[in-house]
Amino acid sequence: MKPAAFDYVRAQHLEEALEVLDREGTDARIVAGGQSLMAMLNMRLARPKTLIDIMRLPELAGIERKGNMIVIGAGVRQAALLAWPDLGGSLPLVALALPWTGHVQTRSRGTVCGSIAHADPSAELPLVLRALGGEVHLRSAKKRRRVAAKDFFSGMMATTRTDDELIEAVSLPAAAKRCAFREVARRHGDFAIVACAAVATADGVRLAVGGVADMPAARDFPRLEGGALDDALNDFAYELDARDDVHATARYRRDLVRMIGRDLVREVLQ
Amino acid sequence: MSRLQAGRRHDVRFTLNGKPCTGEAEPRLLLTDFLRHQIGVTGTHVGCEHGVCGACTVEIDGQPARACLTLAVQIDGCEIRTVESLAPSAGNLGVLQAAFKRNHALQCGFCTAGILMSLDSFLRQHPGLDEESIRDVLSGHLCRCTGYAPIVRAALEAAAELADRSREKTDA
Repeated sequence: MKPAAFDYVRAQHLEEALEVLDREGTDARIVAGGQSLMAMLNMRLARPKTLIDIMRLPELAGIERKGNMIVIGAGVRQAALLAWPDLGGSLPLVALALPWTGHVQTRSRGTVCGSIAHADPSAELPLVLRALGGEVHLRSAKKRRRVAAKDFFSGMMATTRTDDELIEAVSLPAAAKRCAFREVARRHGDFAIVACAAVATADGVRLAVGGVADMPAARDFPRLEGGALDDALNDFAYELDARDDVHATARYRRDLVRMIGRDLVREVLQ
Repeated sequence: MSRLQAGRRHDVRFTLNGKPCTGEAEPRLLLTDFLRHQIGVTGTHVGCEHGVCGACTVEIDGQPARACLTLAVQIDGCEIRTVESLAPSAGNLGVLQAAFKRNHALQCGFCTAGILMSLDSFLRQHPGLDEESIRDVLSGHLCRCTGYAPIVRAALEAAAELADRSREKTDA
């Protein structure tokens, strides 16, 4: 199908994009790489009256280190982050997970922040943001605010971003900490049936799970082994409220959370 | 700021297969339909129109991308390469195309234009492509005829031939 008609605004400065967003709010949508939004437009699941293209804004195009945080601008494409020389050293979890995001043909256009804005519960980048405890930098014509990952996602493809706000950047803590990632999908690059990310914490491990609940979920575990770890993972798997769908049963998803979860926790705590 | 109004056509200037090109597009026009109906290059195919099948893959500024997930107005100022660029001259096939023909890497041919563009783009960037990376590139495409095996064979043959050529060039 084809998109319904809309005005297309090619912003030259961030202030212009914010001004249009402030004026037109609900009727306007930001487009960056378009790899999620364009499909929604084509299927007419989204019918904005105005599309604001932010990909020609140089101020959003950078990957910067600020103290212990890596700040990724809204114009940074997934391929650009994957090619960033410091990725393995600074964001090892992203280095593991990003090759699973879509395909080379979509990572070439799709942006890091765009995937997070879309908030698909199976997507890898929201999962990584949640696992690392990153922040989303929101900006409107009137104010700026930062929202922690756990408070940003609010449901299936829903976030706490208001209609007059855009994502200016996301920040992720740089860490050489031990981490692990694994995903099960029908085909490499398809949406995950279950994706798990694990990161070492001061006294144990944080396990984040995507593809099961309506948004990525994370839980901190102390150092557990054997039966105690299995029980804790089982409780977590049940609390995620898995559902049956065309891709997998709820039971299969819980199995994956338990099995992948156990492998990753062990890998990180080793 | 430029605001392109809905329902009106706007100029789009870009480079198509190395030559400057101009067309007109409404904001909602997809790059696929723009190339096929406005510009008249029909080698790029339209499959699923939501980014899954890969039939519409073209190169945008040197990177393979879905034309169905791109607006025509977004490619203003960009360099676009389509499957029409692959044959060195009329009646002659490029290395990758010839390998596809030899290996029967297409049957109905609907997916082929997109697959050729992805593989061509990757062979240019990584001349010694191995089977694993070829399969990774192909994971972004759907082919319902071949079962992919002859496509992988053709890509490996083309990769080997291109690697040989670049070696000859270096030796000379």
